[in-house]
Amino acid sequence: MTGLLDAIIQGILLGGLYALFATGLSLMFGVMRLVNLAHGDLIVLAAFVILAVTEKLGVDPFAAVVLAAPILFAIGFGLQHLLLNRTLGRDLLPPLLVTFGLSIIIQNGLLQMFSADSRRLRSGAIETASVSLGGDIAVGVVPLLTLASAIAVIVALNFIFYRTSIGRAFRATSDDLDVAQLMGIDVNRTFATAMGIAFVVIAIAALYLGLRANFDPTIGPARLLYAFEAVIIGGLGSFWGTLAGGIILGLAQTVGAHIDPEWQILSGHLAFLVVLVLRPRGLFPRAVD
Amino acid sequence: MPLLSTHNLTAFYGDFQALYGIDLGFDAGETIAIIGANGAGKSTFLKAIAGLIPSRPDSVLLDGQPIGAKRAADIVKLGIALVPEGRRLFPSLTVEENLLIGGHGRKLPGPWTLDRVYGLFPVLKERRASAAPILSGGQQQMAAIGRALMSNPRVLLCDEISLGLAPIVIADIYAALPQIKTEGTSVVLVEQDIVQAMKAADRVYCFQEGRVSLEGRPGELSRDQIHRAYFG
Repeated sequence: MTGLLDAIIQGILLGGLYALFATGLSLMFGVMRLVNLAHGDLIVLAAFVILAVTEKLGVDPFAAVVLAAPILFAIGFGLQHLLLNRTLGRDLLPPLLVTFGLSIIIQNGLLQMFSADSRRLRSGAIETASVSLGGDIAVGVVPLLTLASAIAVIVALNFIFYRTSIGRAFRATSDDLDVAQLMGIDVNRTFATAMGIAFVVIAIAALYLGLRANFDPTIGPARLLYAFEAVIIGGLGSFWGTLAGGIILGLAQTVGAHIDPEWQILSGHLAFLVVLVLRPRGLFPRAVD
Repeated sequence: MPLLSTHNLTAFYGDFQALYGIDLGFDAGETIAIIGANGAGKSTFLKAIAGLIPSRPDSVLLDGQPIGAKRAADIVKLGIALVPEGRRLFPSLTVEENLLIGGHGRKLPGPWTLDRVYGLFPVLKERRASAAPILSGGQQQMAAIGRALMSNPRVLLCDEISLGLAPIVIADIYAALPQIKTEGTSVVLVEQDIVQAMKAADRVYCFQEGRVSLEGRPGELSRDQIHRAYFG
């Protein structure tokens, strides 16, 4: 019984990581209707950037994220402004092709620069620290921080979206591109800002990816798949839905693994399929279309 | 010099030409109405002025300055606001947020504030926290006009503001026009409802197949003239 309870707790915490993967994707789709096939690779790229900063400057990964966040915001802003905005339009294919190409470029670029070796972010004692919950159950500090960060990111994004004028512009632009321009909204700049924010979320996701497990340049596409599943389970357009989607995915994986370790990945996908059959629009859909 | 004028303005949707050289102009504070059958190019004309359809730089002049090639987001900052056909409020924004976003691009303070828009259309204040789509058609139209006013326009372009509304609601909305005009704002009304348009306008233009087929003051145009200009 303790084993199952443990699996459930670990699943919820793992869900925090998947929610972090998914939130950036949810933001990009929510504002720009952009399906970013390079999302997983961007997370891996950010993990390597954090790794490089920690090694070059000799700082802790947490400090490295804070240092890297403005740079990643600028990269995201530039990527959207100079490249991705040109692909957006009535045709859905160009952004898919371009982000697919980006994915390949990032993977091979990382292989070239960092080799195919598995790497890890090191943060000293916190990596192995844990909190006892009584009985035989203990939870790691890093997984706890992961979930707490996911919640904090979503609270922050909801604040931006529903309490600030740039958030109002995000929602208006997502609703109606033409009329948004009639309001004096510079759509290209608005999209670029959204992508900059998404890149900061990507950096936070990358931090926990690198702290919790090994990473190498090829693991991006699998992270993309988890992120997609979390977004779809939660329903398009709702950040809290995305968190719920991540947690459901995490739970399904750990509970599946508890039954039989071979079932871990499969049961996650099965949970996704079940939700898709029962609630095709996800659990908490917000988007109108 | 007129406040806004168009000179041989043409517009295309791909290969299809919708406007064949429109020459039109009006002064500050003037209200003009554009009437004409479906497909005559009335809405296209408004979209071209607002910058949603590209045109040659010197085919639209504001204060004598060419603005034809500017983007919609820049044109609204110059003082031209469009109330789009079908209202097109932002469905995921509340009424108040819809009004606030109307002032998104404005740099200078002007006569129109949230409070003044609520003064013009008190019902919007009651429904300020409602999501835009649950408003009645008339309330949505008021919100769409208020949203455009929030940019403090010198020129207010209104595309079919009476479309699909009950006559009593239309009367309410048209009753707001004099207040809008007291700020020196010029109003361009595109209307199917000829009677309403003639009552409100200082001058009337009739469009037919992308050309101006008739122009004059409402009192000076005969029923017969309008009929011919409308249907050819």
